[in-house]
Amino acid sequence: MQSISTEFDTIAAISTPPGEGGISIIRISGVDALKTAAQIYQGKNLNKVESHTINYGHIIDPDNGNEVDEVMVSVMRAPNTYTKEDVVEINCHGGIVATNRILQIILSLDARLAKPGEFTERAFLNGRIDLSQAEAVMDLIRAKTDQSMKVALDQLDGNLSHLIKNLRQDILDVLAQVEVNIDYPEYDDVETMTARLLQEKATEVKAKIQQLLSTAKQGKVLRDGLATAIVGHPNVGKSSILNHLLHEDKAIVTDVAGTTRDVIEEYVNVQGVPLKLVDTAGIHETDDKVEKIGVDRSRKALSQADLVILVLDSSVPLRDEDRELLRETAGSQRIVVLNKADLDNQINLIELHEYVKDSEIIKSSAVSPMGTKDLEDRIAKMFFAGSIENTSNNIMVTNARHIGLLKQAETALDSVLEGIEVGMPVDLVQIDMTRAWDLLGEITGDSYQDELLDQLFSQFCLGK
Amino acid sequence: MSEVKQYDGREYDVIVVGAGHAGSEAALAAARMGNKTLLMTINLDMVAFMPCNPSVGGPAKGIVVREIDALGGEMGRNIDKTYVQMRMLNTGKGPAVRALRAQADKHAYHAEMKKTIEAEPNLTLRQGIVDDLIVEDGICKGVVTNTGARYHAKSVVLTLGTAARGKIIIGELQYSSGPNNSQSALELTKNLTEKYHFDLERFKTGTPPRVDGGTIHYDETEEQPGDETPNHFSFQTPDSKYIDIKNQLSCWLTYTNEKTHEIIRENLDRAPMFSGMIEGVGPRYCPSIEDKIVRFADKSRHQLFLEPEGRKTDEWYVQGLSTSMPEEVQQQILHSIKGLEDAEMMRPGYAIEYDVVAPYQLKNTLETKLIKNLYTAGQTNGTSGYEEAAGQGLIAGINAGRRALGEEPLVLKRSDAYIGVMIDDLVTKGTKEPYRLLTSRAEYRLILRHDNADLRLTEMGHQIGLISDDEYDAFLEKQEDIKNELQRLSEIRIKPSQVQEFLESKGSNGLKDGVLASEFLRRPEVSYNDLLKFIDESEKDLDRRVIEQVEIEIKYAGYIKKAKDRVDRLKRMEEKAIPDRIDYSAINGLATEGRQKLEKIQPTTIAQASRISGVTPADIAILSVYIQQGKIAKVG
Repeated sequence: MQSISTEFDTIAAISTPPGEGGISIIRISGVDALKTAAQIYQGKNLNKVESHTINYGHIIDPDNGNEVDEVMVSVMRAPNTYTKEDVVEINCHGGIVATNRILQIILSLDARLAKPGEFTERAFLNGRIDLSQAEAVMDLIRAKTDQSMKVALDQLDGNLSHLIKNLRQDILDVLAQVEVNIDYPEYDDVETMTARLLQEKATEVKAKIQQLLSTAKQGKVLRDGLATAIVGHPNVGKSSILNHLLHEDKAIVTDVAGTTRDVIEEYVNVQGVPLKLVDTAGIHETDDKVEKIGVDRSRKALSQADLVILVLDSSVPLRDEDRELLRETAGSQRIVVLNKADLDNQINLIELHEYVKDSEIIKSSAVSPMGTKDLEDRIAKMFFAGSIENTSNNIMVTNARHIGLLKQAETALDSVLEGIEVGMPVDLVQIDMTRAWDLLGEITGDSYQDELLDQLFSQFCLGK
Repeated sequence: MSEVKQYDGREYDVIVVGAGHAGSEAALAAARMGNKTLLMTINLDMVAFMPCNPSVGGPAKGIVVREIDALGGEMGRNIDKTYVQMRMLNTGKGPAVRALRAQADKHAYHAEMKKTIEAEPNLTLRQGIVDDLIVEDGICKGVVTNTGARYHAKSVVLTLGTAARGKIIIGELQYSSGPNNSQSALELTKNLTEKYHFDLERFKTGTPPRVDGGTIHYDETEEQPGDETPNHFSFQTPDSKYIDIKNQLSCWLTYTNEKTHEIIRENLDRAPMFSGMIEGVGPRYCPSIEDKIVRFADKSRHQLFLEPEGRKTDEWYVQGLSTSMPEEVQQQILHSIKGLEDAEMMRPGYAIEYDVVAPYQLKNTLETKLIKNLYTAGQTNGTSGYEEAAGQGLIAGINAGRRALGEEPLVLKRSDAYIGVMIDDLVTKGTKEPYRLLTSRAEYRLILRHDNADLRLTEMGHQIGLISDDEYDAFLEKQEDIKNELQRLSEIRIKPSQVQEFLESKGSNGLKDGVLASEFLRRPEVSYNDLLKFIDESEKDLDRRVIEQVEIEIKYAGYIKKAKDRVDRLKRMEEKAIPDRIDYSAINGLATEGRQKLEKIQPTTIAQASRISGVTPADIAILSVYIQQGKIAKVG
């Protein structure tokens, strides 16, 4: 049997996260996917079951005939599958030993271990998705909140691709008209592509690109999280603020493996905004220890932050150290939390207002969780003008590669406009217009860039 | 009829079949490189004949003529000796798209080229019809004529033009014929397909009626004179040879009108294009008038240019009125047009169908993939136009000549020349209609200018032996002059006070600080001559072409750099070679369509592969990975 368009070899990998879980899934894709699974499966004949069915049975070790695990096996035949190839997914009990054993058996047959991102790479290579969609898959996997996921899903649906393709078509139409005028200089029966028309079009496309770019800040926050530093003198209650934000159900811990910094990142879901806490270790440490490390550490955290939450103890007067932090954070996006507001205020408010605008201040106390709600609202407002829901109507750019290309395309269009301004002939200005067209094509992968693909797909986690 | 008895003729190094614009260049190039060359033509009175428009050049085409000249070809020199009008087009646009066009004296052009060919010591010109090739073990070893002569050679170039099973169609009338009622070649392409299994296509082209100049009312049309400023195609032709504007011939502009369109519409059932009589595919870029009326129904008029066919004739060519309508209808059409009310038609327009070798069967050297040492060029490869033909003819002649000499072939890249763009397009994308060069086909337009064709290609022309040492020395001197003047201008400073008045008169802002002369020249409102008002002239008396280069290089430096950056970006792909005889069926990831196209076209680089329509970016990704390391795709 042959799949519709391609004949890659067959690959397999564990698609669920490593470790113990309720179930684990082993995914197999390729021409021999069904044959391979059928060889080790006891139950219905997988070669004969209908496509897109899930089948109960057992995995048998072909070496000794022993039962390895009780499984549910999904059979999905090409082309309507993730990779556009035949795909089999074995749902087994989630033990590390059983899952690995099943994978090993599969690899001893007609499949090889998939490289990171290879399933998605195949979806791309088999023409099911374009480059920006493939990237969306990666974003989806890493999505921290519902909102992040929604944006990634939109992109996966091809909404961004569609928009980019329309922009490219607009540019192409203009270019075509420029060409007709050049190749048929003596014919008056084609509308002359004047500099003015070119200017109008370039302005139009540029505006659309700028609109897209304006979503980039929010998009990037949704995708990568908002790097947030909670700073303040020891004992002012940073940990309690953190603990309020970290309701049990909201805490997300992501293992960022495979990158150079093999660290644990903690995310807090604040009304759909993923806050990435910078130097949480510093906060978690006991205040005694923190005291020793002092302000230096806070400073380091500050330099990495998109958002600074500065905590002050309102039950004691401002200390020099507080003043220093207030001065240092003046240029940042910040929220100043007056903690222990249930106690008598000892801070000189007139002095405080020399450093801080009233709108930046929030009062909070351990006994009044209302302060936390205020804090969350304030964060949402700062980054999404109060309403994150609005973002669902727009197509957002979230990916640094896309943002970079859009910015370059914007620059190219600026050159078009500049060229027209100084009276350059349209056939020269056209060079910049073509550049914009090329750059937009790189987003969707229509302009081919050879090193790009390897680089992109290597960022995927194994099994996707 | 008894069989013609065959005999062995003389042996040659290179044989060129057909002496049109492609064949003339091919034969001259091969011979000048030192090959004993035979040029065969059906009719000696039609060497380098212009069966259609009496002009050479225009957008893109004019650049090709200059490229031919820089490589040591003949077209530019020949037209410079035989033009009746010279005109620079697109002067209001940038330097990349400016183009020279000449009206030719059709007869003089032919006679001059014939004389040049006859004068070439290594070259034999002979009348005769080639019926077949001599092919042994897939290698072409010569040709066989209808008179029974067997000529052996190391390589053979076919430039068959519309003679290849040509068929003329005028209304209901159709007959076997080459261009302008010459004899057609009935056997050769038949053998190509039946005996040697070439995939042939059938194309159509056409020409308008000619009218008697004595019967044209010129006063009802607009005069289109030539240029006063001297310009020639060849880098070797001095300005002193320029024909004074008084002695140039003008063209005349008129238009079709509603009445013309009505006549055409009423007679469409008699138009071979629409009655189904013509099977061949016609060119989209210079369609017949009936085609234009049907496809652009909303246009109330179309431009027509009346062009002289030469100095010793009063026959006039009606450019824009290409047609295969019946003769009677053609006369009605002519008489409906302003200025042509009383025109006497001297020759009717006609359509001509002919055989084309589908160009995917060619390498980018123009050698066929099926038969070694066999090359094709010109209309045979599916192009339209004298310049396109000549450009290919030159390359085919050079490569056939180099093969005979045992040397490596010459391949022009897309970033080298329009000729490179054209050949790459043909062998990579093929063509479904007669292919015409347009500037929009070149992605590196600003680099491929007509003014720098010598700077791009003279080195190559000299290396292959078509540019003489004297010509080459003159070129090196020009290069040096440009370099020196650029250097000089980047060292002289201009003070704001010097140019204050001048800039005010131009309505532009004055200078705040002093600038270098080269920076000053960068301003759009400043020309080199303006600049000379403020600085000393160069010690050396500079040729206007040197000044032109200096001006362009300075004024458009930013754009030229961007264009060069683009070349560099794609360079890696251009340099990534695909091994010969790669087995695409062994690369398992390729989509079916991509695989089929790759197998058919056999691209030589990844960049070429990426230009094949139907080959997706994913196919390219798989292919490059396969070539590099064979990682993604399973082999075998």
